[in-house]
Amino acid sequence: MKFRLSALIPLLIFSFIGLALAIGLRNDPRAMPSTMIDRDMPAFTLQAVSDDLPLLQHSDLLGKISLLNVFGSWCTACLHEHPTLMRLSRQNRIAIYGVDWRDTPSAGANWLRVNGNPYAAVGLDSQSHLAIDLGVTGAPETYLIDPKGRIRFKQIGPITEQVWRDTIEPMVRLLEAEQ
Amino acid sequence: MAAEVGNIALIIALLLALIQIVAPLVGAGLSNLRLMHLSGFTAIGQLLFITIAFLALSVAFIGSDFSVALVARHSHSLKPLLYKISGVWGNHEGSMLLWVLILSLYGAMVPIFGRALPIRLKSLALSIQGMIGAGFLGFILFTSNPFLRLFPIPLDGNGLNPLLQDPGLAFHPPFLYLGYVGFSMAFSFSVAALIDGKVDALWAKWLRPWVLAAWSFLTIGIALGSVWAYYELGWGGWWFWDPVENASLLPWLAGTALLHSTLVVERRYALVNWTVLLGILTFSLSLIGTFLVRSGVITSVHAFASDPERGVYILGMLLVLSGGALLLYALRSSKLRIGNGFEVLSRESGLAINNILLVCATAVVFLGTFYPLLVDIFSNDKISVGPPFFNLYFGYIMGALIIFMGIAPMLKWRHDSAKRMIRPVLLLVGATLFVAILVSLFGKSVLGGLGIGLAFWLFGGTLMNWAAKVRLGRISFTRSVALARTLPAGIYGFVLAHIGLAVCVVGVTGMGLWSSEQILMMQPGQQTRLGGYAIQLDQVTHETGKNYSAEIANFTLLKKDKTAAQLRSERRFYPVRGMQTTEAGIHVRPGHNLYVAVGEGAPDRGWAVRIYYHPFVSWIWLGALLMALGGFVALADRRLRLPSAQRNTGLANKAVSSPVSGAAT
Repeated sequence: MKFRLSALIPLLIFSFIGLALAIGLRNDPRAMPSTMIDRDMPAFTLQAVSDDLPLLQHSDLLGKISLLNVFGSWCTACLHEHPTLMRLSRQNRIAIYGVDWRDTPSAGANWLRVNGNPYAAVGLDSQSHLAIDLGVTGAPETYLIDPKGRIRFKQIGPITEQVWRDTIEPMVRLLEAEQ
Repeated sequence: MAAEVGNIALIIALLLALIQIVAPLVGAGLSNLRLMHLSGFTAIGQLLFITIAFLALSVAFIGSDFSVALVARHSHSLKPLLYKISGVWGNHEGSMLLWVLILSLYGAMVPIFGRALPIRLKSLALSIQGMIGAGFLGFILFTSNPFLRLFPIPLDGNGLNPLLQDPGLAFHPPFLYLGYVGFSMAFSFSVAALIDGKVDALWAKWLRPWVLAAWSFLTIGIALGSVWAYYELGWGGWWFWDPVENASLLPWLAGTALLHSTLVVERRYALVNWTVLLGILTFSLSLIGTFLVRSGVITSVHAFASDPERGVYILGMLLVLSGGALLLYALRSSKLRIGNGFEVLSRESGLAINNILLVCATAVVFLGTFYPLLVDIFSNDKISVGPPFFNLYFGYIMGALIIFMGIAPMLKWRHDSAKRMIRPVLLLVGATLFVAILVSLFGKSVLGGLGIGLAFWLFGGTLMNWAAKVRLGRISFTRSVALARTLPAGIYGFVLAHIGLAVCVVGVTGMGLWSSEQILMMQPGQQTRLGGYAIQLDQVTHETGKNYSAEIANFTLLKKDKTAAQLRSERRFYPVRGMQTTEAGIHVRPGHNLYVAVGEGAPDRGWAVRIYYHPFVSWIWLGALLMALGGFVALADRRLRLPSAQRNTGLANKAVSSPVSGAAT
């Protein structure tokens, strides 16, 4: 049988593409490394969500390991992670602070009243000032902050029980070991 | 009940597809006619059972049967009927069902319209078609079953993604799939030709109409998607070089090349190997497009239902189908008879250059789309490839292509003399330079002159070609008209499609170079000026629609102090999904659009308003429609009809007399 070497070229190109696609499947294109990792938490001033809720201050995030959670009453995915945050808060596992992003005080306060409030203190960022400094891409988003006030990890998307168990809690243990 | 019927129908269809893979291969090996003919019946059977499954899903959607998980996730009892129906394919599982429905529709066309085809070729192609069908039916049944039940049954559904609740988008996927999937015909027959070891004029005659139809549908599908993005996403652009858009453009470009190379095979029996390769390539790009959209391998604003597990399955299918086909090509393509030769200056070489340029364009888009993925693999950097890359390189290649398109169709088959071409080409060059300079001066843009010049060049060249065909000016006018009536439909298809591209180029140039925009905060009563209009925000009101609440901004457009139009732009909030969409207000004129979109705002601060002036933008889609129309007109060409079955010799004759093919006579 006659055989032309050039007829192999399409197959070779295709094999390369197929290989690249197969490797590509293992990567998550959404996993955006944050430029804020290992940087200090930016300074901020937030508005109060409600008079009876403690207002989040920059100093709250110093001296202990804490989670800073960006949420909003309009955010449906936030409802998905809410039970996990509530459990962590009930069990006093870690201090959780909330940033109510692109919201109104009344809607935010109402949302916390209806769904429960896991936050030790919370602040309103209606104009996205802090969100822009942090590079928030969407809610929910959560930052793990060490006692020196440095951001050590950023979770994009809801903290489900699985995310907490497999990703965040090991990081917290590591930070605790550093102390 | 409907869900169970649908599920069983899908399983039967899968079994039929499996029979369809094996029977022709065994039949061809044993030269057993009965086995080979079986494939025709399984193809029609697949169409029947997949139609039943599709109707079953439609019943579940129209009747808002929320015990079906898919309906609960994507429909809502308050949704208008049109969107309940389009909701059937407005999600991953349902759209895959539409995909196989259309695949089985094309598959069933083979036994129905392909009676004159040699049974070996026909049944081998159906075997390949069966592999594609079985692959996708398995994909649906094992990874994306639309008929899964949900318990407890929710009181109401989640609603269709509001962005998709739009008449333009309701019809976008069906057209797109009629295109994508239509190229499966080229794939199966290319692979069948490789197995069979021969390609003949009948093969090309049979393939060309399907390629034409698929290409025309895909053109409409892409245009609908572009129109939708223009008025629904509220960004005022018409093409974003988004990976998912590129995924539909890739098979279109390769399909355009295929369209022209099948012409060469059909008329001149040249470029045979190349056409077979293009047939494989075009459908493979359709598959890669499907993979891209559904695997989550690349981020995109359109990515719906991305899931790595599904990605693995589709990638596996791609490797088996395309990898297998290309392996076959490597081993067997040398057996295909090398076609007739042609000289450098001939229609054939013109079409070969067209093919080379189109494949280059395909490669550029492919590279740009997949480059971020490659970089991520090899260097761990995250990058994205933006419009500047595509506009530059794609622009160069398309420019070169259009220059060829202006004159190459005038060339004669086999060989032509340069002397004959000098006069018409000089005439065209002169007229084009005149137009280009004029436009450059008045439009204050050299690039604009270039763009419009290219469009004129293509338009003029195409018309000159037609005029030469009817011998305009060389014989009496009435005889020219009589001649024009007898020209084959294919000529008119060519004229319409090429003029369509010229029209499209005007639109792209206008949008790219002369559009202007303004973004400002407006209070009711305030006016601003853009593109010769004064735009006034009259008032902002609130309204409640069937499944949304909206903030509506009313505008008055004034031209020379007279009211030209009332426009309204809405920001809709869909509570079921917690999503917001923008409905732009668009004043459509033949030569330009004025586009107004309202953004966030409050009575004390005013509203953010974006106003765009878009010259010639409608021409982009008008051009696309002309191209698709050209494709359909060319379908009517009598030269594409297969010879009747009786005149065939050999196996086909025996087929007619065999009992199972009673339907074929």
